[in-house]
Amino acid sequence: MTEVSRRRLFGYSGVTLAAGAAAGAGLVSVAQAHEGPATSDGAVPFFGAHQSGIATPVQDRLHFASFDVVTEDKNRLVRMLKEWTAAGAALTAGHPYGAAAGGLPESPPDDTGEALGLPPARLTLTVGFGPTLFDKGGKDRFGLKARRPAPLIDLPHFPGDNLDAARSGGDICVQACADDPQVAVHAIRNLARIGFGVVAVRWSQLGFGKTSSTTPDQQTPRNMFGFKDGTRNISGDDQAALDRHVWAAAKDGASWMHGGSYVVTRRIRMHIETWDRTSLQEQQDVFGRMKGEGNAYGTKREHDPVPLAKLPADAHVRLAHPDSNGGVQILRRGYSFTDGSDGLGRLDAGLFFIAYQRDPRAQFVVLQNRLAADDHMNEYVQHVGSGIFACPPGVRKGGFWGETLLT
Amino acid sequence: MRPVHLLVTASAALVSLSALSACGKDDAASGKDAAVKVTATDSSCELGAKTGAAGATTFKMTNNGSQVNELEILAPDGKIVSERENVGPGTGAEITVTLSAGTYKILCSAGMTGKGPSQSYTVTGTGKASDPRLDQAVAAYRVYIGDQVDDTLAKTKKFAASVSKGDLAGAKAGFAPSRFGWEAIEPVAESFGDIDPKVDLREADLKKGDKWTGWHRLEKALWKTKSLKGEGPYADQLVKDLETLKARVGTASINATSMANGAKELLDEVATGKITGEEDTFSHTDLSDFKANLDGAQKVFELLRPVVQERDAALTGDLTDEFAKVQKLLTKYEKGNAYVSYDTVGKEQRKELSDEVNALGEPLSKLAGVVAK
Repeated sequence: MTEVSRRRLFGYSGVTLAAGAAAGAGLVSVAQAHEGPATSDGAVPFFGAHQSGIATPVQDRLHFASFDVVTEDKNRLVRMLKEWTAAGAALTAGHPYGAAAGGLPESPPDDTGEALGLPPARLTLTVGFGPTLFDKGGKDRFGLKARRPAPLIDLPHFPGDNLDAARSGGDICVQACADDPQVAVHAIRNLARIGFGVVAVRWSQLGFGKTSSTTPDQQTPRNMFGFKDGTRNISGDDQAALDRHVWAAAKDGASWMHGGSYVVTRRIRMHIETWDRTSLQEQQDVFGRMKGEGNAYGTKREHDPVPLAKLPADAHVRLAHPDSNGGVQILRRGYSFTDGSDGLGRLDAGLFFIAYQRDPRAQFVVLQNRLAADDHMNEYVQHVGSGIFACPPGVRKGGFWGETLLT
Repeated sequence: MRPVHLLVTASAALVSLSALSACGKDDAASGKDAAVKVTATDSSCELGAKTGAAGATTFKMTNNGSQVNELEILAPDGKIVSERENVGPGTGAEITVTLSAGTYKILCSAGMTGKGPSQSYTVTGTGKASDPRLDQAVAAYRVYIGDQVDDTLAKTKKFAASVSKGDLAGAKAGFAPSRFGWEAIEPVAESFGDIDPKVDLREADLKKGDKWTGWHRLEKALWKTKSLKGEGPYADQLVKDLETLKARVGTASINATSMANGAKELLDEVATGKITGEEDTFSHTDLSDFKANLDGAQKVFELLRPVVQERDAALTGDLTDEFAKVQKLLTKYEKGNAYVSYDTVGKEQRKELSDEVNALGEPLSKLAGVVAK
């Protein structure tokens, strides 16, 4: 499609000028810049065996969007994913996608422009496919029904769920993470714009204050309850743990998912006001952890091994701990959210939970069944949104998001 | 209407489409000579200039005669490049054409017989000749505009008669149809910044001290206060204001790029005013306005299609598909000769309509760039 190449050309030539690189070197030099380790300007490599934004050190901000596919034309879907890929490569490198200014005066600018002059801010874009892409109420819109991976289940109802359909599900998701919220929002906005006619935004969520770390040496962040959580997360550079718990393999059943991962998202509303009038003792009992240092009961420091028996039986840390669940682990990447106030004057806030894993049936579902049944924290939280998506492997140079599924 | 359009400045003689002035091709911006004046009487046709450079050229006719006149631009081979009919006595009209080198004939035809006094106009230089199909599209669009103005005027007269008689049911039935022609050409109609607030201002857009006239005032009387007492003069004023539009619409400055921008603006109207139900907040006849905006935009696309198809086949395919999809979706809400009341359209259905409008609006925003290439 000529439109794509034109935009690419404009985008990359704009890049060349901005970077002060020698004329004519634009396309090649930029493409090369995506290879190799993260660059000093904070750009995370876009191409690779795995999608970035999973094992990547967690950025400060999130814009997560879920889309419905509104066309039944598979070719248009593929065309859009190719254009998204071109845009993703440019945006994660800190470049506009197409001309943001200086294009045809009669045309709207290709790129919306609000990220001009901002650094890449470690932007990552991670794409996933929901169950309804494969089978929407029995309808196989794109001939993909037979390729639906077994781990991509329809999540069961968990006790206490109060899910809003308008904040749940979706055919395609895009997780945009960056250290600058404007960079993350710009990315989702431009992908949504490129997608008009092929996809429509179903819901989206902004997040701040990462609640998990995939880099053990970083200080564990606090959630909206004021507690450190996700202390024992899978480390992004622990290859053995990633291979065991996070990256899907061909032998798991779907060869197109080799190197991919399954993400579960949950919009978890916190009852902030009642939590705030809860005694320190009860707050600490809910977690099984001290509020100040973050050390578990029976330990001195945050990262000391947790003596599970010393924690209350219904403490969150105890119930969620791998040792309480036969070694089951997930890679958590959640963010706090505050969407202003609800109509009753209460803070509409909580945790936008994001977890990557190899098989939700054996990981998230097991953990959540246990938590939903017994977690003391349930008094103060309610799950109001939910999503599950199969995130394909990373994009090879010259390839596109979802290539292994759609070709 | 949206309040933002009030920012378009009005001048009695010649009003540019906001889109046109934005495209950088108006005379002031490009430093070219201003429009070539054509002064017609019943027996004469005088030109303000006899020669000009190749490129976009605007002829601005003033009819000082007593008969309805017509302006024709004839190519060196005698074929009509463009024409404007129905230029009433004391009014004006404008034609923009892109001319390549050669000697053209500018003809004024009092009584619209196709014959009359003419002058030669010689073009020199090597300015890029425009695609004559674009000039034809503009000419055809002017005819469409005239038809829509006639339609809205005729139906508004009927509507006004019902209002004056105090016929509540008749006036309610006539409200949405009377607006249809206006809505189909809204960006052009709104370019007359002094007419638009008189006929299409919504209550929410009133500034302190504003006098509220026009369709939406009558809409409130019909559906909210349910009384037409004292509203007759407002109905008559609405007819008068539309007659002013009819007299002046020929002077609207239109080229292919501004046409395309106008189509995009029509979809913007749908996206921001109709989808939300803000336009017809008392009558809930928003879907009728939606249909008119959509038809108006589609007309522009159809007229420009031959050129757009050649320059960007993919865009043409997308626009063809998306227009068809929105039209099809709208048919779901048809009820007899009208549409269901918009307050019965639920949140999910509005989301579906909104998604379709976005799906069409995005490629439509690329039309002007393709035409201007």
